[in-house]
Amino acid sequence: MVSILDIIGPVMVGPSSSHTAGACRLGLVARDLVAGTPTKALIELHGSFARTGEGHGTDKAIVGGLLGFRPDDERLRDALVIMEKEGLDWRFEKTTLGDEPEVHPNTVRITVTREHRHHVMIGASLGAGRIKVSQIDGYPVEVDGSHHTIVMVAEDIKGSIARISGILSDNDVNIATLRLTRKHRGGDAFMVIEVDDRPDDAVGAALKALPWVKWTHRIDKVGG
Amino acid sequence: MYTSLAEAIADAEAQQKSLAQCALEIEARDQGRSVDDIRAALHRALEVMRHAIEQGLTGDLRSTSGLVGGDAAKLKHGPAGPLAGTVFREVLMRALAVQEVNAAMGVIVAAPTAGGAGVLPGVLLGLSTKHKLSDEQLVDALATAGLIGAVVAHRASLSGAEGGCQAETGAAAGMAAGAATQMLGGSPKQVGFAVALAQQGTLGLVCDPLGGLVELPCVFRNATGAAIAMAAIEMALAGIEFAIPADEVIDTMGEIGREMDVRYRETAGGGLAATPTGRRLAKERLTQIKRA
Repeated sequence: MVSILDIIGPVMVGPSSSHTAGACRLGLVARDLVAGTPTKALIELHGSFARTGEGHGTDKAIVGGLLGFRPDDERLRDALVIMEKEGLDWRFEKTTLGDEPEVHPNTVRITVTREHRHHVMIGASLGAGRIKVSQIDGYPVEVDGSHHTIVMVAEDIKGSIARISGILSDNDVNIATLRLTRKHRGGDAFMVIEVDDRPDDAVGAALKALPWVKWTHRIDKVGG
Repeated sequence: MYTSLAEAIADAEAQQKSLAQCALEIEARDQGRSVDDIRAALHRALEVMRHAIEQGLTGDLRSTSGLVGGDAAKLKHGPAGPLAGTVFREVLMRALAVQEVNAAMGVIVAAPTAGGAGVLPGVLLGLSTKHKLSDEQLVDALATAGLIGAVVAHRASLSGAEGGCQAETGAAAGMAAGAATQMLGGSPKQVGFAVALAQQGTLGLVCDPLGGLVELPCVFRNATGAAIAMAAIEMALAGIEFAIPADEVIDTMGEIGREMDVRYRETAGGGLAATPTGRRLAKERLTQIKRA
């Protein structure tokens, strides 16, 4: 669903809503997967991102997002300098992830590591600052950053969704959408739960306490 | 949000409301927010637009590569052309100003995108130098622009990488034309004609930035996009009707975008970017950016 405020917005540092604001938002999502500034990151740019990324500041914007800067933060301009000053071991590569229309021309694969956390995501910047994360750790997902989102991997057991939605409603968090994917029956299930209210840390702790939940992260709303 | 302008126009007529009101009410329902809350967000966008214009008109900004900047101020202070002293020139200088700020990594409102961010504030705030317009009217205009942009996003695309510049400054021209037509007293139907008239004038427009930088021709294409919007506003308010409905013109833009060769979709592989001068300038400037 397209919102008026997606169109008249975002308020952002230029020069390109897809290459700068959208790229920054993808960086912010990757940052949330490791719940903080990654110690290691590999940023693989595909298509138009690879060809024209430097001029549009895509590199600065993704790095800025990984550093936790929002799209309207003027520090984005100096993100690469800040990264170097912080001594962060982040690398850029150009890659080809597939053909159109399966793979959007503005796509990036970001591999991030922080402490014991290590994740890979593929996401695209769709224009006007809108994004779509299409894969996390090999699971097909759809995260657009327009909601606060809980992502989790759990054993595929009966009643899991009921338990999870119980925890959310006990904490006064309303579910907007819930999607479950799995690589095969009985294999681990990947859940993407978009919620209306930002879940606090207690929700994360309660979900993590479930014995069949392998990991769960909160991805904060980055747009919309 | 609406996915068809025809539907929005029919609703506005049936309910005797402006397109802005219809759009705001649906937005409020979709997003679970109040109309006042959305108006407040649009008001903040308006303030950012004003600030960007002010910054751009100082003439002090240069883009990251140094390729563009300082030209908005020339329209403000420079020698007179046939448009000297007209509101048209006020519109053009503002469209340039915002886009120069964007190219310099300053803060702007993407409307619908950063690459096309100059057109809408250029037209609306340029017109407000001549017409007495309240902030409420300008916020209404932004809501209508948002509605038009949402329809384009749904039916076609708002990304130069997907649909060429027709999807960026072209969409912006359609949004600005429709929004300003409403703001100056046009009926919902006239808004539809203004959108169609502006958008037909940008069909096929390629995205061919030198070196892939949102600088050249982008800055100038915002000014020419604003000029096309002004022509469309003038025609629509004069009662001129365009036979192909806006929705179908937008669909056509989407179709042309899908057929457009990748060289013309923001990759700097064709168009002005691939001219001998374009290639030379891009090479020089990109080397400079890397050194910096």
